[in-house]
Amino acid sequence: MSEQYLKKINVTVNGVSQVAQIPPRMTLLDFLRDELDLTGSHAGCEHGVCGACSVIHDGAPVRSCLMYAVQADGCEVTTVEGLSHADGTLSILQDCFCETHAMQCGYCTPGMLIAGHSLLQENSSPSEMQIVEAIGGNICRCTGYRQIIEAIALAASRLKEAS
Amino acid sequence: MTEYRYVGKPRRTKEDRRFVTGQGSFVGDIKCRAMKHVALVMSPFPSAEIKSIDASEALALDGVHYILTGTELENATNSLMSGLDLPNYQRYPLASKVTRYAGEWVAAVVADSRYIAEDAAELVYVDYEALDFVVDPEEAIKPGAPIVHPEIGGNIFFQRKFEWGAVDDDFSSADHAISYRARWSRNSTVPIETFGVVAQWNSSEELLDVWASIQMPKYQEQIGNALKLSSNNVRVHYDVDVGGSYGVKRGIKHSVLVGYLSMKLGYPVRLIEDRLENMIGGDAHGPDRIFDVDMAFDGEGIVKSMRMRALDDAGASPGRAPLQLGKPVTAIVGPYRIRSVEYEAISVSTHKTTQEAVRGFGQSPTNFAIEAGIDKVARFLNLDRFEIRRRNFIEKDEFPYEIPSGTSYDSGDYHTVLSKTEKLANISSLLAKRDRIRAEGKFAGIGIATCLEPSGGNAGFEPLFNEKNPTTTWMESCQVKIDLNGSITGIIATTSAGQGHESLVSTVIGEVLQRNPASIRITRTDSLASLPSNSPVGSRMAIMLGGAAQGASEKIRKQLIRIAAHNLQMPVDQLEYGNGDVVTIKEPKNKIEWCELIEIAHRRYHDLPDDMEPGLQARHVWEVPTGGSMPTPDGKVQMYPCYSFEAHIPLVSIDPLTGQVTIHDYYIGHDCGTQINPHIVHGMTYGGIAHGIGAALYEKFEYNDDGQLLAGTFMDYLLPSAHEIPKVKMVDHCTPSPLTPMGQKGSGEGGYLGAPAAIASAVNDALEPLGSEILTLPMRVQDIEEVLCDAI
Repeated sequence: MSEQYLKKINVTVNGVSQVAQIPPRMTLLDFLRDELDLTGSHAGCEHGVCGACSVIHDGAPVRSCLMYAVQADGCEVTTVEGLSHADGTLSILQDCFCETHAMQCGYCTPGMLIAGHSLLQENSSPSEMQIVEAIGGNICRCTGYRQIIEAIALAASRLKEAS
Repeated sequence: MTEYRYVGKPRRTKEDRRFVTGQGSFVGDIKCRAMKHVALVMSPFPSAEIKSIDASEALALDGVHYILTGTELENATNSLMSGLDLPNYQRYPLASKVTRYAGEWVAAVVADSRYIAEDAAELVYVDYEALDFVVDPEEAIKPGAPIVHPEIGGNIFFQRKFEWGAVDDDFSSADHAISYRARWSRNSTVPIETFGVVAQWNSSEELLDVWASIQMPKYQEQIGNALKLSSNNVRVHYDVDVGGSYGVKRGIKHSVLVGYLSMKLGYPVRLIEDRLENMIGGDAHGPDRIFDVDMAFDGEGIVKSMRMRALDDAGASPGRAPLQLGKPVTAIVGPYRIRSVEYEAISVSTHKTTQEAVRGFGQSPTNFAIEAGIDKVARFLNLDRFEIRRRNFIEKDEFPYEIPSGTSYDSGDYHTVLSKTEKLANISSLLAKRDRIRAEGKFAGIGIATCLEPSGGNAGFEPLFNEKNPTTTWMESCQVKIDLNGSITGIIATTSAGQGHESLVSTVIGEVLQRNPASIRITRTDSLASLPSNSPVGSRMAIMLGGAAQGASEKIRKQLIRIAAHNLQMPVDQLEYGNGDVVTIKEPKNKIEWCELIEIAHRRYHDLPDDMEPGLQARHVWEVPTGGSMPTPDGKVQMYPCYSFEAHIPLVSIDPLTGQVTIHDYYIGHDCGTQINPHIVHGMTYGGIAHGIGAALYEKFEYNDDGQLLAGTFMDYLLPSAHEIPKVKMVDHCTPSPLTPMGQKGSGEGGYLGAPAAIASAVNDALEPLGSEILTLPMRVQDIEEVLCDAI
């Protein structure tokens, strides 16, 4: 890339320390996708409304299209690729998304999983309204949200059984 | 009803696992070595003459490789295809002499990164001279209006009036008639993934590889025609996940643009629209339609005849927009026994973004216009809106039922589906709830819409609107092969945008061959290796791809039985196929098992019947059931074989101060025949309802008087979130189609085809105590508030 000024950053992504030289104007989303090849996070609107680019930044879900990668210097980031277990098996939430068919085209799915995962970290038995609230900033054009809400509720009950 | 082993059973889809792990392969994930990136220069004027373009400053920027203008592209390529017969009309990806809408692409910048390309796009200086423009379709057809395409001679792309049956007689003999105008405003499906395409020219092979988020029939042929290539010099890769489409992912201008650039420059070129490019200049808006309707009916509410004039604003180019006035011909009376119809379709050009195919291909706006009329007739006669529908429904023993426009509906049981939906909704308690909300000082209403979903068609609207295009087939294909180890692979020739085709095909193959669908691999070819396909449009794949997969699987099953017959020295009619083995009916122990049958096919040529090819594979190209006939001179046509049905019942309330609509309850009864995968059918129906709620209440590509699009971002173009979408409750019904192998019908457009009409019906029920009515969609907060202010 023909960018004149590069900045060095060190970001822990999905538990792995990543050091890179990047242009300061590069978004966190483009850094994850283009520099680290973590293409699970998606560009939807690139102005912070649709949530397809959601990642977890120091424990909280954020829009990676609205952040510069340099702002993540020294931080921990989890993407959808980091939700599966180390052996490649699905997390309970991912499995529940498959169980209820909580997607169609799959484009918003990583963002929905990040939103659902963050909710369940905070609240192990969310009400339906709390689930709606948690995914209220993520737009899906395929599903009408019903099977996504079912998946997150199912995951909450399975997590409870597992604990 | 046939008992199936896998069909209709709740099963996980094959596709979901890759999406939940972030391993989908979307076009934005395709990376080619030395790939360059495109950004676009867009016209700020709705119409302007391009006097000159100065790209020198942009070209001087480090990392910028090329600036392409419309003049160069126009000189080097052929016009993009049009669906209509417009002899002098031409369309190219970039404007050259004149721009025809605000946002139209004028130049393309190629650079090392999208960032640099965007920098450079701002440094391309275009000298424009603004011209007169028109954005109102009714103004556009008045004398003296600015003409979008002078070479066509006016702003009408297409106009035709059809008359089926004795319309005048039916009107003059009817007890009553009403007239009304219904307005469907411009919106679209607006997928979360914008359109994107990567093209890579290989000069030694003379081959253009294309990866795109595409849902486009005849895509490689269209690219080849425009780029002056044989279409076997174009290879479209179908193994690209498409991040939503619902009709609109038809980026032919994008594809020709990057294809040309890759051929010209020698390296791979990628164009992924940003949101603004998508909304303003992506040519992916939907129908924008004014309906003027007359209905004639008797004192019992039986609708005798209808006149409908549909004036559609196609925007700056015809694209496939005018054809979206054609599909509704195939269900022009909805589920009702209306015996004569006059239908006038007018496609008008304005200085707006070009319209593209949208879910339902014009059927949802038409259903809204019909349903609004049925409600109005009920009000006129003070009849119950549910009862009037029951009185007008085609009866279940009348199928196949031919409607005035020559289409035969395959099957249906509208009375039962409506009554199941009413039962699900518990209508009496829903009415009580409505009245309770009304007693609290709010406006509340119950909606009803009963609509059809034509599915699996043969593109009969093409010859109906363009006699030079004698299309009567819209085939689909599948290849099934079984390898030496007995593993089964199904090969399909299309991209998918969430419809679950891998699940569909594996389920059908598994059903026929009685093997677990989870063990069956489905793979996608490219356009050179593929059998004929027409992409997933018009709710067709359960019917057409399902039918193709079934045909190929049955051929294999027959081969296996013949191999067994040959080796057992038995006639085939004394053998039976079971779980992959072939057994003698009278002596089940006398059989040949799956593994041996496969081995014979692959290795033991000496044990094969004389006329059988070795190996084990079968291909099937399936023609549309009821395909193969051209429209009659008076425009009667059978475009679609199968007709799904849906009944919607929502309860809404309106805040009297703000006009905000809340949907409290939503019930739907849905009949799409045999469901192959209920998860997928239900999901698409829920999603279609959400999409329809957006069209009814929120979504609009609004233009101001200056010809500027006011809704270019998700801050202005409002998409329903989980907050706005109610908890939909659904009841299934199954009236199998007699025309398809398993009785399946289409479902990809379900939900969307009735939800806008149902929400409008509910809002108008809420407004009825005020004596008010809104027949313009979307019914936004400000629109409803205005009505409330006027009425109170």
